[in-house]
Amino acid sequence: MSTPAITIEDPIEPGGVGQEVMRQRQWKVLLSATMHQWRSRIGLVIFVAMVFVALAGPLFAPHSPTQFVTAPNSPPSSEALFGGDNLGRDVWSRFLYGGRSVLGMSVAATIIGVTLGLAVGLTAAYMSGVTDEVLMRISDVFMAFPQIVLALLLLTAFPSSVILIVLIVGLSHAPRVARVIRGAAQQVVERDFVKAAEAVGEPRRRIIFGELLPNVTSPLTVEFGLRLTYSVGLIAAINFLGVGLQPPKADWGLMINENRLAVTVQPWGVLLPVIALALLTIGSNLLTDGFARAAIGIDRGGE
Amino acid sequence: MSRFLIRRILLGLLTLLLVSVVVFAATQALPGNAARAILGRDATPARLQALTEQLHLNRSVFSQYFSWLGGVLHGDFGNSAATQAPVSHLISSRILNTAFLVLVSAIIAIPLSIGLGVLMAVRRDKPTDHIISITTLALAALPEFVIGIGLVLLFATNVWHVLPAVSIIPPGEHAWNVPKVVVLPAATLIIAVTPYISRIMRASMVEVLESDYVTMARLKGLPNRTVIWRHAVPNAIVPAIQVSALQLAYMAGGVVLVEVVFNFPGIGSALVDAVGNRDIPEVQALAIIIAAVYVVVNLIADVLTILVTPRLRTAAAR
Repeated sequence: MSTPAITIEDPIEPGGVGQEVMRQRQWKVLLSATMHQWRSRIGLVIFVAMVFVALAGPLFAPHSPTQFVTAPNSPPSSEALFGGDNLGRDVWSRFLYGGRSVLGMSVAATIIGVTLGLAVGLTAAYMSGVTDEVLMRISDVFMAFPQIVLALLLLTAFPSSVILIVLIVGLSHAPRVARVIRGAAQQVVERDFVKAAEAVGEPRRRIIFGELLPNVTSPLTVEFGLRLTYSVGLIAAINFLGVGLQPPKADWGLMINENRLAVTVQPWGVLLPVIALALLTIGSNLLTDGFARAAIGIDRGGE
Repeated sequence: MSRFLIRRILLGLLTLLLVSVVVFAATQALPGNAARAILGRDATPARLQALTEQLHLNRSVFSQYFSWLGGVLHGDFGNSAATQAPVSHLISSRILNTAFLVLVSAIIAIPLSIGLGVLMAVRRDKPTDHIISITTLALAALPEFVIGIGLVLLFATNVWHVLPAVSIIPPGEHAWNVPKVVVLPAATLIIAVTPYISRIMRASMVEVLESDYVTMARLKGLPNRTVIWRHAVPNAIVPAIQVSALQLAYMAGGVVLVEVVFNFPGIGSALVDAVGNRDIPEVQALAIIIAAVYVVVNLIADVLTILVTPRLRTAAAR
């Protein structure tokens, strides 16, 4: 991809009221095109259902997640719907409690990673030259570590905590987001309204956040969805590996770790969180893909 | 083109050097005292003193870094803090096991995904395309350890008990001597990377199938098979090669979780154990090896892309 493919004159002056209205209309078209596809509809239903399970689950739990109610690894019975876990706690209650940490940490990490990546990507695209080169080289260095390896590396040095895990996962997303946003913003930088804003002498920060940012919202939204999907997997993986949240915390990743040795006698302690994580990531990925397809279709003027 | 190559290789080396700084800084320089991190809170002053001297922590950070880097360049990663044996000794057979696992997975995953991509493109917007497309999209979302545990539940424990759930390799043996234990870990990696490659192949193939030369070949009356495999695929395959290399590099990370799920004796499970034991020399060694593989594979992918794309080849020569 070289120069921007679309060289239509921007019909409305930069920063004007008309532009704002245009953008809102574009978003409406985009969202309706997204929801027109079956994959988005299915994704949305699955995603909303899993978010509901994660957030409201504790309200429906019959027991406390740390209370011993039955024999270790016991099969489903009248006191425990899905049996007992490795220590005799209620699998069903721990499952209902175990989604909040996964979802909360994933959303927080995604917000941090996407915001940081956005700032770096826009700055690199607008400043170009040395600043761009330096920012991209730093990104390269952090991208040389697979995300889980970077997380393990930092968790060796620092005592594990919720905030640290969220920061590490967010940090590991940032260079990947920055690359995508930089690519998208580079095409915007060349366009007339940015040149116009520069000629008028608008301050740099206003150009970056007032002119560039509103024109990369589609790739930004796609990145947010994608990074959320990966955050769920990564945070669950960190807890599954036992280097994240510590027992007796109820968490889907940790539950899999705790119960997987007894999986032949008591599969539910593993099966429930595995299904939940699978549905949560599949739902958000289907929805993101639907949006990405809609955005591409609209850019091409509708296929 | 040679100028481009030299620049690309130098950048790769610079990245590797900075990677070594990050690995060192994260584990040894930043958090005050690595010896305390290794020994834990109830370390006696005498043991702290001994370990500080053994790891040369009483020297300046720079001198520590350069003596460590010097060792790394000679393949000497120091001694394990947990077992006192040389780290290089502990991880050499594990490197071979992991390399075998990744290679087997790649050899199966790459042709499989290219085939799936071609199939989807040829049946574009037909049920076959939709079904494979949605399935790969769903699989792409799944974290590797979720795939791995799913396979264990299906094939190794609760549903069918046909394969080992735990990859036990007797001491002195290598993974290729015990192929049965490689099946499920490799299947997990294949399921994890196939969606990405096949989706890129589909997109690239769809574009090529719409091109004039494919229409021309069809008009000449060539059989469909020849048009697809001789005319279209060779032109559509470049992006797939690129993304395959990226996925190969990605496997270096994905393999960590897969190895833990199956207790496979490779570098991934070694890394997680080392983190658990706070065995800093071993963590440093494994992190830098994984990052180096990633950088080198990416470098090779870039060079290959240039070599197989005539347009880029001439652009780079300018």
